[in-house]
Amino acid sequence: MTRGVPVNPALAFIAPALILIGVFFFLPVLGALLLSFTDFDIYALGRLDRLRFVGLENYRRLLADPRFWTALKNTVHFVAVGGPLSVLVSLGAALLVNHRQVRYPGLFRTLLFLPVVTTLAAVAVVWRYLYHPRHGFLNYALGLLGFGPIDWLGDPDWAMPAIILMAVWKNFGFNMVVFIAGLQSIPRRLYEAAEIDGADGFSQFRYITLPMLGPTFLFVTIITLIGYFQLFAEPYLMTQGGPAESTLSVALLMFQEGFRWWNLGYAAAVAFVLFLIILAGAWLQSRWRGRRP
Amino acid sequence: MNWRRILSSLTLHTALVVLCGLTLFPLLWMVSVSLMPADAAARWPPPLWPAHPTLAHYRLLFERLDVVRYAWNSALIAGSITLLSLLINSMAGYAFAKLRFAGRERLFGWLLAAMVIPSQAAMLPLFLILKSLGLVNTLGGVIVPGLASIFGIFLIRQHALTLPDSLLDAARIDGAGEFRIYWSLVLPLCRPVLVTLAMFTFMGSWNDFMWPLIILTSDERYTLPVALANLMGEHVQDVELMMAGAGLTVLPVVVLFLLLQRHYIEGLVLGSVKE
Repeated sequence: MTRGVPVNPALAFIAPALILIGVFFFLPVLGALLLSFTDFDIYALGRLDRLRFVGLENYRRLLADPRFWTALKNTVHFVAVGGPLSVLVSLGAALLVNHRQVRYPGLFRTLLFLPVVTTLAAVAVVWRYLYHPRHGFLNYALGLLGFGPIDWLGDPDWAMPAIILMAVWKNFGFNMVVFIAGLQSIPRRLYEAAEIDGADGFSQFRYITLPMLGPTFLFVTIITLIGYFQLFAEPYLMTQGGPAESTLSVALLMFQEGFRWWNLGYAAAVAFVLFLIILAGAWLQSRWRGRRP
Repeated sequence: MNWRRILSSLTLHTALVVLCGLTLFPLLWMVSVSLMPADAAARWPPPLWPAHPTLAHYRLLFERLDVVRYAWNSALIAGSITLLSLLINSMAGYAFAKLRFAGRERLFGWLLAAMVIPSQAAMLPLFLILKSLGLVNTLGGVIVPGLASIFGIFLIRQHALTLPDSLLDAARIDGAGEFRIYWSLVLPLCRPVLVTLAMFTFMGSWNDFMWPLIILTSDERYTLPVALANLMGEHVQDVELMMAGAGLTVLPVVVLFLLLQRHYIEGLVLGSVKE
């Protein structure tokens, strides 16, 4: 018979999840750090004894690699323009849908949310044709407004804006729903009191809505930041990082180095730098928001 | 009646209808073009409606381009991940909410903090781990890493916290074992959040692109999104065919969402507005 300390049944409940998360998430993240200190490449993939420890060599190479800096610049461009734009559109849509006078807010909310649930690979295909320079619908609509055609995905100056536009379209519904929930948690009596004091719509928005949305803003910006830094499928599917590497993202660089050229050691360094940037971004965001009253 | 009120209501609804129109346009255009005969969309001005609607591209996808196989792979992967992860995450979420063990809060705090780690950071070593397990280019290689999720555990825990302790204690006094309590008391009470999590998981796995792209290397194992990206390479000129493929890929998730959208959006709010 078994004797000694009785095993807590709770452990049996958490063990499957913890083991899976440990083996298939925490272990690989740790592994990425170790891998980034090695010269793991296609030869090591076949014979592990080819593997050598190279210290910080991959990171040194990374800092000297113009493709890495291009990828970083593009990713920051995507995050810095696409992130705020997507949050603004979400907030605007949330304010519209949540307005007191709106009939059928649930219907509008559902329709505006629809792009979020669609498959990125599929809608990227659709947008590729919407952006087509000769018979795409976007250029046709621009032509009606009196603008000349734009080679959206073929012009290095326009490819990233095109990807940002598509990403905002695809994602704004998510933050919109979070904002609507935040707006609905603001007590009605605050607005009633402001109305008695004669505050107009804009001051109500400025002095009640915005401050009360503080925690929602923090959540939305961190989630958006983390998601947008991982930009991969949009450029992979629409531009393959081109033209002239104008849409090459850090995650796409990692994918190409790791899974196309099998430079796993170098790619791990790329992945780890991306991780550190996201960590620093999330930390800065929460500190910056946390300091404000 | 107050004229200003009517005017503002009119402006508001016009703005909403325009916004919805712009939002839905790419999806409606996708469906419309998919019904046009080959080369009908490549005209100027681009046609909005199919003059002669046809199902030819859908037929081609089903009969010649193996779309059933890819859909089956996608369904098998998304279905397995959903069922198994629901069991695994709900057990852990319930334990973190209601069962006592040393270090529970600290462990949960660590898990929550780890949610900022991007999954891409894990992908290269994960590939090597799955390679050593012989799971590269198998559906299992897509399924296994998705079986437990911190977000899923968190969502279940939030809901399980609201269950009354007295109910669980009463069951214990009646002599029910811990697993029995979980299975026949906790799970039925958690049904709404389980439906929500099932939707999140199914749609997430169905739509996932990067990991299946990495781990699946031969055509017959591809999921729909990976197959679509592959098809794009060969049929980049066939707008109408690609729109039909895109339409078939989004159809299941869009239908699922429209049927159960209340659960989905409520769950999203529960998962985002924490504490």
